[in-house]
Amino acid sequence: MIRIERRLEQPRWLSVVVPVVSVAFALLLATVVLVATHHPPLHTFRRLFEAAFLDKGALTETIVSATPLAFTGLCAAVAFRMNLFNIGGEGQLYAGAITGATVALLLGGAPSPVVIVAMMLAGAAGGALLAAIPGILRAFFSTSEIITSLMLNYVVALIIDYLIFGSHSYLRDSSGFEASVFPQGKTLPDSATWPSWTIQGLVIPLGALVAVAVAAGVWFLYSRTRFGFEVQVIGDSARAGRYAGMRTRRKIVAVMCLSGAIAGLGGASQDGDFRHQLDPRGLIQANYGYAGIVVAALARYNPFAVLLVAFLLGGLQNAGYTLQGADFPNGLVGVLQGLLLFCVLGGELFIRYRLRFERRHAPATESA
Amino acid sequence: MVHQHFRLVEPFTVAENIVLGDHRDVGRTFLVHTRAIERRVADLSERYGLAVDPRARIWQLSVGEQQRVEILKTLYKEARILILDEPTAVLTPQESRQLFGTIRAMAEDGRTIIFISHKLNEVKALADNVTILRRGRTVATLSAAEAARRSLAALMVGREVELATRNDRREIGETCLALEAISAEGDRGLPAVKSVSLGVRRGEIVAIAGVAGNGQRELAETIAGMRASTAGTIRVAGKKLKGGDAREAIAAGIAYVPEDRLGTGLAPGLSVADNVVLKSYRRPPASRGPFLILHKIRELAEAVIQRYDVRASGPDVPARQLSGGNLQKIVLAREFSGEPVVLVAASPTRGLDVAAIQTVHAYLRDAAEGGVGVLLISEDLDEIRALADRIAVMYEGVVVGERNAETATVEELGLLMAGGE
Repeated sequence: MIRIERRLEQPRWLSVVVPVVSVAFALLLATVVLVATHHPPLHTFRRLFEAAFLDKGALTETIVSATPLAFTGLCAAVAFRMNLFNIGGEGQLYAGAITGATVALLLGGAPSPVVIVAMMLAGAAGGALLAAIPGILRAFFSTSEIITSLMLNYVVALIIDYLIFGSHSYLRDSSGFEASVFPQGKTLPDSATWPSWTIQGLVIPLGALVAVAVAAGVWFLYSRTRFGFEVQVIGDSARAGRYAGMRTRRKIVAVMCLSGAIAGLGGASQDGDFRHQLDPRGLIQANYGYAGIVVAALARYNPFAVLLVAFLLGGLQNAGYTLQGADFPNGLVGVLQGLLLFCVLGGELFIRYRLRFERRHAPATESA
Repeated sequence: MVHQHFRLVEPFTVAENIVLGDHRDVGRTFLVHTRAIERRVADLSERYGLAVDPRARIWQLSVGEQQRVEILKTLYKEARILILDEPTAVLTPQESRQLFGTIRAMAEDGRTIIFISHKLNEVKALADNVTILRRGRTVATLSAAEAARRSLAALMVGREVELATRNDRREIGETCLALEAISAEGDRGLPAVKSVSLGVRRGEIVAIAGVAGNGQRELAETIAGMRASTAGTIRVAGKKLKGGDAREAIAAGIAYVPEDRLGTGLAPGLSVADNVVLKSYRRPPASRGPFLILHKIRELAEAVIQRYDVRASGPDVPARQLSGGNLQKIVLAREFSGEPVVLVAASPTRGLDVAAIQTVHAYLRDAAEGGVGVLLISEDLDEIRALADRIAVMYEGVVVGERNAETATVEELGLLMAGGE
C-alpha cells in the first residue's frame, strides 16, 4: 500500500534534486521509447542537445522559440503571484498581435522607431483590455477568472480567424490572385520590422531584449514597490490585505491588466520580430499562451527563472523542428517533449508531498 | 450528529444528500432508487414537521431548510441518538420554534436528543436533564425542572475567584470611541449586531463579554472598517467615520487585534519584516513615494523583535513558523507603533500559554496607561475582570447590560451572557 502524504517541511535541497531526478527519469523513459522504435538513444539525445544549443544557428532559432514563451510565461507568473489564475495568455497574445498589426499598418509611413513604439503600446493595450474583462468580473462579481479568461481565448481565436479568413478586413491581404485563394494577413510595412542585433552569428531580436527588460521590471515591481508589497500580501491572504486597508478589488484588476499587457506585448513582438503579418494559423498552432503557463509553473513564478525556463523549453521546441524528418517522425519528437514536461511537472509533487510505503493490514477489519 | 456547520453537498438534491453514506439502499446495487428514497423522505418530513422538497437542490435552500435536511439524514438512517450542536445559532426565532417542535416529536418517539447550547432559555424550554461542561469537564448534571437560571449561569462561568490586586490608577480622559446605534450583518446576511451604542474613553479598558458568536466579531470588524455597518455612526475622537473602509479606520487611529491572528492579523507566508509594516508600508520610513525602502523595513522589524522579545530567528522567517504568543506580540507591536487612539482587541489571548497571556495583558494595560481607549472583546470573565474598568455584555447582537467592573459579580455577568434576563 502506498500513501501520499504532505511533507511537513520542504527542505531546500529538494527543489534542486527533484528536477534533476525528474529529467533523468524522463530520459530513462525516453530511452525505452527510442529503443522500442529502433533509434539509438544516446545518439538521439546528443542530436537533441546539439540541435537546441550547439549547431550553427541553433541558438538563434532557440531564441526565436523562447521569446514568445518568455512573454506568456511572465504573463502567467505575474498573475499567479497574486493567486489570480490568468489562463488567458493565449487570447491576450492574439489580441496584442491584432492591435499591434493594425497600428503598424495604420502608421506605415511614419519613422520606424515611432511605429515600433506604437506597436508595443498598442499590443500591450490590446492584451490589457482583454484581460481587464475577467479581472473586473472577478473583482466585482466574484466570477472565476480561470473560466472567463480561458473562454475568452476561444473568442479571440475566432476573431483573429475571422479577420483573415472570414472577412475582407483591413488586416487581410486582398491584392493579387494568390491572396484571394490563400487568404493571409497584409505584409506589414518595413518601418514596422523590429530591429535585431547579430553578435558572432547569434541573432538577438528586439522582442527578446524587451522580454528581459519586462522580467527585470516585474522583479523590481514585485520586490521593491508598494504595489508589489500589496500584491504579495493579497496573494498570501486576501483577508490580511483587507485588514491592512488595501484596495483588493482595484489590485485584482490592475494585476490582470498588467498580466494581459505582457502577453499582448508578446503578440506585438510576433508581428514585428518574426511574422511581419497577422498570422492566425501560425499563432493558434503555436499554443504560446498555454505553454507559458507551464513555463511559469516550472519557474515557480520567479520572473528571472521564467526567462531561463523559456530558453530551455524554446531549445526543446527548436530541437524538435530540426530533428524531425523521414527517419525521425514528428510524433516521436512530441513524445520526447511530452515525457520531459510530464516528468518535470509531475516531479513537483515530490517537493510538497512524499510517498510512504506500508504493509497491507490484515483483512480482519474488512470482513464487515 | 447534526453539526453546527452543515455537511451537505450543495449541487446535490435533498434526497441524494440524505442517502449519501447510507449503504442499505445505495450500496448493493449500482442504481439509486430515487423514487423510493423520495417517498420515504416525504414520509419522514411529514411526521416530524420537517418540510422540505426532496427534489430541491441544497444550494437553493435557506439555512433553516438545510438544517432540516441534516436532521432528516439522521432520521433516515434510523438514528436513536441525535446530537445537535448549537442548532439555533443559524436560525431565525420562528425557525427555532419550529425546530423545538420537531425535537419534541422525536423525543416522544423514544429517541434520545443531546442538545448543545449556551442559551439558558432554550435549555429551560426544551431539556429534561442538563449537564454543564466547563473547560472540557463535566461540572454538574441536574434536572432542568429543578434548576434555577441563576444557578445554571453560575455553574457555567465558574465560582467567584479572588482577583489579583488591581493597583492600576489610570487617568480617564474624554471619549475617544463612540458607537451610536451600530447595526451590522453577519457573513450570511442576517443581522448580527443590533443597534449597539457604547463609548470608550481615553485610558479606559472597556470589555465586551459574551459567548462567541453573539455578534462580537462582527462588531469588532465594523469598528475596524472591515465590515460595513447597516445603521448608526462611529466617531473616533469626535470625528465621524464613513465606515466600511479599513484604510480610513487605520488613519483615524483605530488599531485592531483580530481574533484570527494568522490569516487576518498577519499574512502567514510573508516574512516577519513584511508583517511588521503591514499597515505602515504606505508611509516613510518604510517607503518613499511608490518605492519600498527594504533596509528600513528590516531595521523596523529588528527593533520590534528586540523590544518585544519575539522569538524568531530573524526578520526573514515566514510568520507561519512562529508560535501563537510570538505572533500576537508582532500584531500588538505593529498596532501600538501606529500610535492609536483606540485599540480593539478581539480574544487577544485565545490559544496562548500562561506566560504569553500575561505579556498580552501587560501590553493592554500599558496601552491604556498611555491614554489609548481599549475595547477588549473576550469570552473569559477572569480576563475581563482582571483588566476592564467597565463591562458590556453582548447577547444575540445586543448589548444586554453594562456594569462597573468593580461591582459586577460573575454570577450576574454569566446570567447576562446566557440571555437569562
